[in-house]
Amino acid sequence: MTPRLVEVRQNVLKHNDEVARALRERFHASGVFVISLVSSPGSGKTTFLERTLTLLQPAYRVAALVGDLATENDARRLARSRAPVRQIVTGTLCHLEAAMVENALEGWSPGELDFLFIENVGNLVCPSSYDLGEDLRLILVSVTEGEDKPLKYPTIFNTSDVTIVSKMDLAEAAEFDWQALESNIQAVRPGMRVLRVSAKTGQGMDEWLEWLTALRSSAARLPGQ
Amino acid sequence: MHELSIAVSIVEIAEKEAARRCVCVRAVHLRLGPLAGVVKEALLSAYELASQNTSLAGTSLLVEDMPIVVHCPHCDQRRTLTSFEFRCPECDTPTPEVVQGRELEVFALELGDAA
Repeated sequence: MTPRLVEVRQNVLKHNDEVARALRERFHASGVFVISLVSSPGSGKTTFLERTLTLLQPAYRVAALVGDLATENDARRLARSRAPVRQIVTGTLCHLEAAMVENALEGWSPGELDFLFIENVGNLVCPSSYDLGEDLRLILVSVTEGEDKPLKYPTIFNTSDVTIVSKMDLAEAAEFDWQALESNIQAVRPGMRVLRVSAKTGQGMDEWLEWLTALRSSAARLPGQ
Repeated sequence: MHELSIAVSIVEIAEKEAARRCVCVRAVHLRLGPLAGVVKEALLSAYELASQNTSLAGTSLLVEDMPIVVHCPHCDQRRTLTSFEFRCPECDTPTPEVVQGRELEVFALELGDAA
């Protein structure tokens, strides 16, 4: 006997997607450009972000939300950039969801910002499923992690918009193979922009910030973006 | 491990639909794409846990694996990929445009005896 089926066709993450869509509309209306950061633990997200926040000021108004499982250490480190920073302690949750971003923004006016950064929990699996309403998903991979990271975690690379290769100052010691990483990234996400930086020495930071600020300017000119 | 919270959402969706239609559910059919970021095996055990003590206890979760489908700009055709290598299997052109493969969708309820 054929089983009787009734069609439902409902996206399991519908609620998150709806909250994210509302956030995105709110961000666009207020003119703030929103970047989320994902990476594995220890690849240098916080150092990279601290440097980015510092260099963007005072020309731009910036702020950051930072997700962490248990501590507020990252928020303390980012606060040294003098940018407004809020911590989202996720407890046992391995990723940020749109509603957590919405709650963390309470009392902040996105219209007073040019850039908002959202640092996700260090994890290359779970964050890929959750839209946070961002304009750009940035994935960070350090030169010490192995060039095959994109092939091991294709989903998060495929759903990201730009790759930042971090800790370039350690490239030689780690025998980092740039060509191998670049070709693995292009295999899982053809056309992805890849930038190489060292937040420690400052190498590549100018190019990154020029690219980012140009992207914000062009996004602002596009109607409905 | 976010499969448990996803399993809880699946149970909620299915319970709500079943109650609305006054039907008794035997299984929940889910469509899952490789780019959804969800591990099938983890989701199946999470579903067993999430459905306990609900009206879906004892039902099964049937997962239909959806392949990745891309648009090849050179052939101007849809192509099905068999790996995470985003290239046209016919002409080897890079294929950034994903048409299918991100699905995480409660597709249907399979009915048991009338409630």
